[in-house]
Amino acid sequence: MSDKMHLKMTVNGKQEDLLVEPRELLIYVLREKLNLTGPHVGCETTHCGACTVELNGKSVKSCTVLAAQAQGAEVTTVEGLSTPDDLHVLQKAFREHHGLQCGFCTPGMITRAHRLLQENPNPTEEEVRFGIAGNLCRCTGYQNIVKSILAAAAEMNAAKEAAE
Amino acid sequence: MNDLTPTREERTAKLKGLGTSRKRVEDVRFTQGKGNYVDDVKLPGMLHGDFVRSPYAHARVKSINIDAAMALPGVIAVLTAKDLEPLSLHWMPTLAGDKQMVLADGKVLFQGQEVAFVVAEDRYIAADAVELVEVDYEELPVITDPFKALEPDATVLREDLEPGADGAHGPRKHHNHIFLWEEGDAEATNQAIDSAEVVAEEMVYYHRTHPCPLETCGSVASMDKVNGKLTLWGTFQAPHVVRTVASLLSGIEEHNIRVISPDIGGGFGNKVGVYPGYVCSIVASIVTGRPVKWIEDRMDNLMATAFARDYWMKGKISATKDGKITGLHCHVTADHGAFDACADPTKFPAGFFHICTGSYDIPVAYVGVDGVYTNKAPGGVAYRCSFRVTEAAYFIERMIEVLAIELNMDAAELRRINFIRKDQFPYQSALGWEYDSGDYHTAWDKALAAVGYDDLRKEQAAQVEAFKRGETRKLLGIGLTHFTEIVGAGPVKNCDILGMGMFDSCEIRIHPTGSAIARLGTISQGQGHATTFAQILASEIGIPADSITIEEGDTDTAPYGLGTYGSRSTPVAGAATAMAGRKIRAKAQMIAAYLLEVHDDDVEWDVDRFQVKGAPERFKTMAEIAYASYNQAIPGVEPGLEAVSYYDPPNMTYPFGAYICVMEIDADTGEHDIRQFYALDDCGTRINPMVIEGQVHGGLTEALAIAMGQEIAYDELGNVKTGTLMDFFLPTAWETPNYTTDHTETPSPHHPIGAKGVGESPNVGGVPAFSNAVNDAFRAFGLRHTHMPHDHWRIWKTANDLGLHG
Ligand code: FES
Ligand code: FES
Repeated sequence: MSDKMHLKMTVNGKQEDLLVEPRELLIYVLREKLNLTGPHVGCETTHCGACTVELNGKSVKSCTVLAAQAQGAEVTTVEGLSTPDDLHVLQKAFREHHGLQCGFCTPGMITRAHRLLQENPNPTEEEVRFGIAGNLCRCTGYQNIVKSILAAAAEMNAAKEAAE
Repeated sequence: MNDLTPTREERTAKLKGLGTSRKRVEDVRFTQGKGNYVDDVKLPGMLHGDFVRSPYAHARVKSINIDAAMALPGVIAVLTAKDLEPLSLHWMPTLAGDKQMVLADGKVLFQGQEVAFVVAEDRYIAADAVELVEVDYEELPVITDPFKALEPDATVLREDLEPGADGAHGPRKHHNHIFLWEEGDAEATNQAIDSAEVVAEEMVYYHRTHPCPLETCGSVASMDKVNGKLTLWGTFQAPHVVRTVASLLSGIEEHNIRVISPDIGGGFGNKVGVYPGYVCSIVASIVTGRPVKWIEDRMDNLMATAFARDYWMKGKISATKDGKITGLHCHVTADHGAFDACADPTKFPAGFFHICTGSYDIPVAYVGVDGVYTNKAPGGVAYRCSFRVTEAAYFIERMIEVLAIELNMDAAELRRINFIRKDQFPYQSALGWEYDSGDYHTAWDKALAAVGYDDLRKEQAAQVEAFKRGETRKLLGIGLTHFTEIVGAGPVKNCDILGMGMFDSCEIRIHPTGSAIARLGTISQGQGHATTFAQILASEIGIPADSITIEEGDTDTAPYGLGTYGSRSTPVAGAATAMAGRKIRAKAQMIAAYLLEVHDDDVEWDVDRFQVKGAPERFKTMAEIAYASYNQAIPGVEPGLEAVSYYDPPNMTYPFGAYICVMEIDADTGEHDIRQFYALDDCGTRINPMVIEGQVHGGLTEALAIAMGQEIAYDELGNVKTGTLMDFFLPTAWETPNYTTDHTETPSPHHPIGAKGVGESPNVGGVPAFSNAVNDAFRAFGLRHTHMPHDHWRIWKTANDLGLHG
């Protein structure tokens, strides 16, 4: 065991100050120290995407990011998407279009979709499929996940237009 | 007088009962990351356990030195078989009547086997300590081939078993043999085949694979030594059975054990069995007096925690020259790995494999299954399947294709002339089943019409010609399947697990203000029970589904049930729900009649109320009745409105379906492209079409994985070659096609609401549909059969072996 280090990061808008070991993974710190159990562990080898979070505006698999790499960073997890009063458009769309079953992949999937729609607010079905290919789901066969994301995109675009 | 608005239709719609695509109540939590899975359980003072695992597939364990591990700060205990032996917990019984080592007792029999259990303050320390445990192994000869395991001079794998003694399922004919299980009339079958005009023979291998739910297995055990109570959270598809087993093993009285299945991140059969990790977390908690969590990693999961399939099925099928099937013979060599831990009902060591006559009227048949030990992981779970039905469906659907080749006949037509006809139901199969209901011809014709079957065949023939002329390197495969499932185990008289009859249960309480809670003996792993069971109940008792809470998975509160697997929740617990609802209604009828001052027989049920016959304006709604049951003294009727039902199904249910896969194959790269997949399912009465469709999409994607690349492969030394998600194929959104779903509806005559269950059909029917498409693409070039999984390399190899690479 090596000496602990001081880690400062902003998680879901909140400034966090922590002591961590240099070898601790980001997923571990989020789940075990900050009690953010939305991101899940499905493989620890960067294949399944259950642990997906946003790190400085990029989707990352937090099972293979050291917590130390998040020094000074902005981190968003699925817990940061909804407000206490309402679900995010994506969360509603997943429910509306049956985009989840056991729910284990869902936090990672929605977090990834959230970033994808910022990278590409108007994706085609192909682009959605490619854009979430780093997130595995064992239950849904993806068809309804893709449908959910496309529906959310349409709704977000309509809302944007209405606001303009 | 009461007002008759809202209308009957409005009242029915408000219930969101049977047939409604009701949105899932679970999703509000799950989409926010507020699910509560076992790894989310956190208790004060909780420790973490991790296994030292064997790197060898077969070795003697000469010594284990834990000193260095124990010296590491933060390590609390290291358990070995020696520590478990005084508690008689170094071995445990399996669901199949065999026993399995919890921790290596003198030797190891498969790679990844649990050797020692390290308990530490956190996961990092536990992982460090695992590296510090020194185990001295002496390697032994490894057997990974079940045929070699049965050679006379093969190494003895299970030295713990007395040579020559019977096993749990009768005589063992060799030291690595587990059982021979037979069904049907061998003599008559051989006779039919010997005298037949046409016979097709084939060895069909259904390879070893793994359910691999996204959440791995795990448990948290908390022994409170002061009050003597053990609480156990875990990934259990059958929490009540786990409680019973935990009590029998530990000697703790059953009322002092509380088992909780929290949210489960997919099961697919992986979470039916009892695994060493569960046992070790319990023992460690008893030893340390602190809660202990064990969560396996993905590699542990793929290497050690169960497997599925691994059936070598040698078939013979005979027919007249115009295609009427006259007999079916099947011998299976079943690789069960190091311990027989198959999750089958006790009396069925090969599960329901003898459903292998499928959708066809076959006059005589015989099945024999030899179970064999090898140096592979134990398991044999029903991966989204009802106890070996997947193997059976794959076998018969391949044999039909091979027979079609032998007869030089169209495979769709061959199926049609052999289907069990609608008027033959209930149908007695040659292997002893009574099929409840079906209408195969209607489903088949609908499916063929939907894909434009005749045109597809023309296109295929044209493409073959173009290929031969060198104009294309692509081939078209049309994968046909008509499957019949058998689910809903099962009648208690012949189905049990460890002696527990396979009934299921539901307990309902109606609250005074007309909402309700129902508790069941099952547990959802993503099937949406909290949504669909409320719908069944809404239709039965007239309380809106939105006003009904469904609870499962806590043995302290839920009634005893056998759990969720084998598509049994809807057929069995769904039936219990309907029956409990009917008990509520029977009592409500008496209360309503009293309140309306008429005789019990003079009121009738209508959607959400009892009304006076012939005077519908005089009624009492279920909510009014519920209130009355709590606040009025009704002569001869106990206060309150509750019911419980334990349902023992009179028979299984037999869902069926017609699937067609159209696939293009590149002969040079072995790559495939699924152009179309059409899935027609008949699961009887449809409770929630949205959920059914979701189940079909998911099951088909698992089938796609299995057929096209997913396997647990071993090398000759017994090393697992596919132990990570790098090598073990799980399709991404990119590889997965869109599916077209369709249905017919043939209710089960014996189920209270006619529902048959659907969760596993797409896996059962999907695998042969994908595989048949690959095989069919090469039919014109002389291929009869090629084994799964059809990954790019194997498809390329098939093309190469057929001389298609010039
Ligand atoms: S747990 Fe991080 S990608 Fe699977
Ligand atoms: S919903 Fe279960 S893994 Fe995606």
